[in-house]
Amino acid sequence: MQNVSAILYLVAAVLFILSLKGLSSPVSARRGNTYGMVGMLIAVLTTFAVMDKPVYALIVGAIVAGGAIGTWKAKTVEMTGMPELVAAMHSLVGLSAVLIAVAAVFHTGVEHTPVQKVELFIGAFIGAITFTASVVAFGKLSGKFGAKAVTFSGQHLLNLLLAVAMVGFGVVYFFTDSHAAFLMMCAIALVLGVTLIIPIGGADMPVVVSMLNSYSGWAAAGIGFTLNNPVLIIAGACVGASGAILSYIMCKAMNRSIVSVLLGGFGAEAAAGDSTASGPKSYKSGSAEDAAFLMSNADNVIIVPGYGLAVSRAQHALQEFADILTEKGVNVRYAIHPVAGRMPGHMNVLLAEAEVPYDQVLEMEEINSDFSNTDVVLVIGANDVVNPAAQKDKNSPIYGMPILEAYKARTTIVVKRSMSVGYAGLDNELFYMDKTMMVFGDAKKVVEGLVKAVEH
Amino acid sequence: MTDPFIISFTIFVLAVFVGYHVVWNVTPALHTPLMAVTNAISGIIVVGAMLQVVDIDGQALSVTSVLGAIGIFLASINIFGGFLVTQRMLEMFKKKK
Repeated sequence: MQNVSAILYLVAAVLFILSLKGLSSPVSARRGNTYGMVGMLIAVLTTFAVMDKPVYALIVGAIVAGGAIGTWKAKTVEMTGMPELVAAMHSLVGLSAVLIAVAAVFHTGVEHTPVQKVELFIGAFIGAITFTASVVAFGKLSGKFGAKAVTFSGQHLLNLLLAVAMVGFGVVYFFTDSHAAFLMMCAIALVLGVTLIIPIGGADMPVVVSMLNSYSGWAAAGIGFTLNNPVLIIAGACVGASGAILSYIMCKAMNRSIVSVLLGGFGAEAAAGDSTASGPKSYKSGSAEDAAFLMSNADNVIIVPGYGLAVSRAQHALQEFADILTEKGVNVRYAIHPVAGRMPGHMNVLLAEAEVPYDQVLEMEEINSDFSNTDVVLVIGANDVVNPAAQKDKNSPIYGMPILEAYKARTTIVVKRSMSVGYAGLDNELFYMDKTMMVFGDAKKVVEGLVKAVEH
Repeated sequence: MTDPFIISFTIFVLAVFVGYHVVWNVTPALHTPLMAVTNAISGIIVVGAMLQVVDIDGQALSVTSVLGAIGIFLASINIFGGFLVTQRMLEMFKKKK
């Protein structure tokens, strides 16, 4: 029986890997997701089969209750709310890792070997940090706590002291088997999760969410070590690697090192950085009708959407406009910067929801060389990701950040509420170029104006 | 006889490599579904929680089994929520008609 269950766990692990592999293309992704579900079912049923005297009522009841809540959330969540949902789910994995570790420590009649004690310690503290850090990230993303970075002097020293105390209680538990010491260790890790995340500002949240994704995987793997369960180890390791890669990609897209994100305090320093703007500069502005006229007479149009587009819920109207242009024979494509949304790949989902075909949506590397051959670029709700200062101004805080080279197009149309600065708190030279036309107003109203102007 | 820890550690290191290579092949357009599905997959921790919910010395209810049951409840939210929201997102990704 032991061997059969080991093989079944292996099958489940392979199915999980296949579900990740499926995501290499939208065509294979749905099948991949089904593999994942089947893998999970196999793992759960196998566990039932190997358990000695399981309490069925508790287990099935908990699965049904959790499953109902999960299903309801999955059906009702708005696509703009995905980062919050993902952060909330990270926190649940973290908390259940802590609960399992504590349950194992309190399991009477089970002697833990020294190695297992270390594993329990690691699983519990990563889980605890993941839990509270994700709760804070959730709060910042949903605007419940305010997105500002909270910094104070001695912050890093405090974190260090907490970490030392946490390890100290872990050592006490190791030598004395004291339950109280284990609980103290968990409690300190919970506090540490909060103090580690509060200095990180809202703009860096895509990195934080990816990083917590990674932690939740390591927590699961840690529990797998304690229980000597290979499917937990494999699944946890894959998730951990995935989150780590996403954090790396996000950091690179923002030209920030992971260390500086974690130490925090961004936003504050950057906003202070730009006071060099000398007097009012001139810019051209036009109406939605002017913009629609320019685009309907172009051969090529690239749309650069930013999160502002989603905030004003203009994506459906925008796709309606793009469809009319396409009918008129204009080649319309979308260019996505990796940090266009509030989490990796967020903007792609928001556009897909608005029924934009995914083969019209291109990534930065795929489309950047095309801007110089493009008649009109429509920048809508985006700012820092098209700021030429990232390539030209060595003194700019965003110098070196990869950008969409919208400034290379023949004409640029920028839809914005006002001339105010973006996330990074910087002025954008693109807005003052001769070939740039500003269209002021709420993104949705402007796009509706565009649709009206081309409909006839 | 090899320590079970060493075997687990071997599996772990190899799995990190597999995960690393598989995830680099994920198209950037699907990074949000990737996060949602990894959320569901980390719900595999439900297995660890289930193993705690056993009769201990003839007692169905103990600190261990109740904590385990709460763990199952939380992990189940992830499993159902993660897979279903991924499915919902992936259904939106369509080609040009």
